[in-house]
Amino acid sequence: MSPRDLFDRLLHRDDLDRSLNEEIQFHIGQRAQDLEGSGMTPQEAERRARIEFGSAENYKEQCRESRRLNGLHTFLADIRFGLRMLRRSPGFSVLAILCLTLGIGANAAVLSWIEGTLLRPYPAVADQAHVLVLAGTARGTPGFDGMSWPDLLDIRRNCRLLDAVIAEKIVGTTLSIGDRAERATGSLVSANYFDAMGIRPVVGRGFQPGEDVGRNAHPVVVISYGMWRDRFRGDPKVIGKTQTFNGMPHTIVGVAPEGFYGTFVGYEWQFWVPLSMQERFEADGYTLEERGARWIEPFVRLKPGVTLAQAQQEVSSVARRLEADFPDTNRGRGVRLLPLWESPFNASTVVLPTLKITAVVTFLVLLIACANVSNLLLVRAFARRHEMSVRLAVGAGRTRLIKQLMTEGLLLSVISLVGGILVAQWCRNLLVLLIPNRGVKLHFAGQLDWRVVALSAAVCLLATLFFAVIPAIQSSNVDIAGTLKNESAGVIGGRHGAWLRSSLVLVQVALSFLLLVGAGLLLQSLSRIRTADPGFSADDVLATHVGLFDAGYEVPRARIFEDQFMDRVRALPGVESAAYSRVIPFTYQTYSSSPITVDGYQAPPDEQPAIEYSEVSPGYFATIGIPVIAGREFARSDDENAPPVAIVNESMAAQYWRGADPIGRRLEVKGRWMQVVGVAKNAKYSDMVEPLRPFFYVPLRQNFFTESGLLIRTRQNPASLAPLLAKEMHSLDPDLAPYGVITLREQLNLKRSTQRIAGILLAVFGGLALLLATVGLYGVMAYTVSQSTRELGLRVALGAAPVDLLRLLLSRGLWLTAAGVLVGAAAALAATRLLGYMLYKVSPRDPLSFACALLMIIIASMAACLPPAWRATRTDPIRALRD
Amino acid sequence: MPDSADILPGTLDLLILKAVSLGSLHGYGVLLRIQQISGGAFLVEQGALYPALFRLEERGLLASEWGVSENNRRAKYYRLTRKGEKRFREVADSWNRLATAVAMVLKTRPEEV
Repeated sequence: MSPRDLFDRLLHRDDLDRSLNEEIQFHIGQRAQDLEGSGMTPQEAERRARIEFGSAENYKEQCRESRRLNGLHTFLADIRFGLRMLRRSPGFSVLAILCLTLGIGANAAVLSWIEGTLLRPYPAVADQAHVLVLAGTARGTPGFDGMSWPDLLDIRRNCRLLDAVIAEKIVGTTLSIGDRAERATGSLVSANYFDAMGIRPVVGRGFQPGEDVGRNAHPVVVISYGMWRDRFRGDPKVIGKTQTFNGMPHTIVGVAPEGFYGTFVGYEWQFWVPLSMQERFEADGYTLEERGARWIEPFVRLKPGVTLAQAQQEVSSVARRLEADFPDTNRGRGVRLLPLWESPFNASTVVLPTLKITAVVTFLVLLIACANVSNLLLVRAFARRHEMSVRLAVGAGRTRLIKQLMTEGLLLSVISLVGGILVAQWCRNLLVLLIPNRGVKLHFAGQLDWRVVALSAAVCLLATLFFAVIPAIQSSNVDIAGTLKNESAGVIGGRHGAWLRSSLVLVQVALSFLLLVGAGLLLQSLSRIRTADPGFSADDVLATHVGLFDAGYEVPRARIFEDQFMDRVRALPGVESAAYSRVIPFTYQTYSSSPITVDGYQAPPDEQPAIEYSEVSPGYFATIGIPVIAGREFARSDDENAPPVAIVNESMAAQYWRGADPIGRRLEVKGRWMQVVGVAKNAKYSDMVEPLRPFFYVPLRQNFFTESGLLIRTRQNPASLAPLLAKEMHSLDPDLAPYGVITLREQLNLKRSTQRIAGILLAVFGGLALLLATVGLYGVMAYTVSQSTRELGLRVALGAAPVDLLRLLLSRGLWLTAAGVLVGAAAALAATRLLGYMLYKVSPRDPLSFACALLMIIIASMAACLPPAWRATRTDPIRALRD
Repeated sequence: MPDSADILPGTLDLLILKAVSLGSLHGYGVLLRIQQISGGAFLVEQGALYPALFRLEERGLLASEWGVSENNRRAKYYRLTRKGEKRFREVADSWNRLATAVAMVLKTRPEEV
């Protein structure tokens, strides 16, 4: 192949050129042969044939030119014509573009949310498609938990398919600014973190190999760009300075680049510290080298070309080996690789189901918008039937007309695509508004990269097909002879094509009904959750936090402080009782969890039942309002010198002692035997929608933490109690920074964000859909009236009262609505089950939600039908018949 | 070729359609057929045939397929599509009307005016 051919091939010119070349060669060959036959020498004949043919290149170029012009010309002409048509009817154009912009924009926004929080959740991290989450599993227990550092090191050593094993654990700390405490979030990471994530610090360095080894050995920190800018004013000489975390100065070694927010969906990190500093940041002691301590939330990076399944096989085989080598800690333990969006460790668990529903909903909204625009186009097609018939009469082909109408549709949707992308850009940060802020920096942004834009463009093309094809076919299908006659003599319900427009409205009504039912169900769930009984009394209890660990307290000093502070709190006016609890219920703090052994209970082989428990102080049950139904509460005497005790809940008593009285029986937790001294009523512990589960309590004194929650039963409100608490705290230690105070009820409400986001989105989009459907219905009614003035006039002339006309027209509109509702109800009965666990104590077929949706649809359809019907009643029979 | 004339603009298409309507032909065959049926009256610039064939094919009046020529070489054969036949009849009709009209005009003698 000559270079020239190669060039042509690259330009895709080869097809045309090759066949032309062959034809021309054939022609010249034949001609030369004929000339030879008339007595010329072969050379002479060849020369002569070429001359007679003329410039082959010139003719080839003419062919190419005509092909280029043919396609491009008609397309450009169609676009120009389309733009002129849009300008000529601005009302139509604006309405259509608005509908489509809403539809396409909503879809683009959701796509960008999916991209930004699920598929590519960590801005600036390289090649996220190869990054996976590693989670621990326990046989017989559903769900996932973390990993221990020794297990991770074994996986790192033995897996050849993994490029990197990266350890990370979210930690919070308190940075005091004056007398105000500010929460800062960051993470403990393995030394390879920055390299493996592909992040290069803008100033200084990441961590060096070995900095994650040795107890408290490397007090170094990489700070975020935001922290560098706000706290250190972007000082380039920040490297080598120190920042105190939890009472220990850490040397700043690097600044992360702008736009890197860490690797945790939802939060914005402010600092990174090597794993070796774990004891400083986690209140439950030094667990870095314990194989049974599963607190790390790790990532792995796959080698190029390795699939998840292959890597899973490899880590599973390592996990099996660990199970055999370390039965005490690893019996029943497995390891699962998960894509980032299925991570059990961060907000993806909330975002994934919510965005799934939202994606479906926005798609429905797009369908409704398309139906609406389709309807508008049909109306306009009728107005343009003269133009169409003229064009057909002068010889335009039907395909040519359809092509032009499709171009006009495409023009509409491309304009809307641009608008939609702008809408999505504007909505990028909207998601974060729906998530309750708990005083930490949130990062919850959509990502509008080329993939989102490309997908939105595809959605836009799809939409064009949806809304433009039917009107295009319909309007190119005009009866040329018919349009010569005057056509304002329509009969209500009698027009050809009217059924098409009616069924489009029907679809819109049906889809709106579906969305409204969904919104109703979720909003009802929300209100049920708001008033549900969590098993404790949330209303008169305030919650706050006492952060001694962050302030550098050692255990003995913390014990003294907590006792003194408790005495002062209890003495405050209006305080009925108060208690410490390491974890405040319904926060995102995690309860302690441990495999347990129970006297006389045989667990299935290969399983280690692990149960969550809470460390609480005396007076906890009275304060939070969980009744102790047998035995006793913890007392002050249950301290570090007394024998260990525990209180179990009803579910645990039923499961492990099977109806026998558990009081006085024993269970083993983390190598310590404890005696059961009481049984507490079941309650909800972290979430209102969680199932009943075994749970137990141990005295805080016997399992001490320097970091704990404080619960206060009082009739005072948080605002009046907070300054009193701060005063008492400062009188004991002026350096301590008090935390905010909220009621337990508020804390409960914070946990409803999943239902809240889904409910709000469904309500917003349901309302939008209803609005679009109303506009569609109004369009059909107004059109019906305008097309049947003659019939209406005739009826009036024959003695029909305005009421009769009103009834005639309303019945038609309402009939359409009723049919739409019927279809919508059938769809809703089938579809609402998909809301699944988002529904709380509401049946997916809840009659109230269906009734509310019905009511809203009826109101909307009345609003759509009344004005045109009203106009119809004022038809002047004389004018109507004369025109 | 004695007495041959340059063809009128726009008539090349008509000539091609006519030539092909008598049976499918390759490009060179079209040239020969035109010369044959016009008794050599028209001088077709040989290369100009190809852009014209190409245009007619693009407009769907001609269809083509590759075949083998009488001396066993690969050649592209053109035939008339149904659309082409229709178009040919239309153009031929209007040409005939024009030709008749022009002929009548030219035949007119002074005393007839």
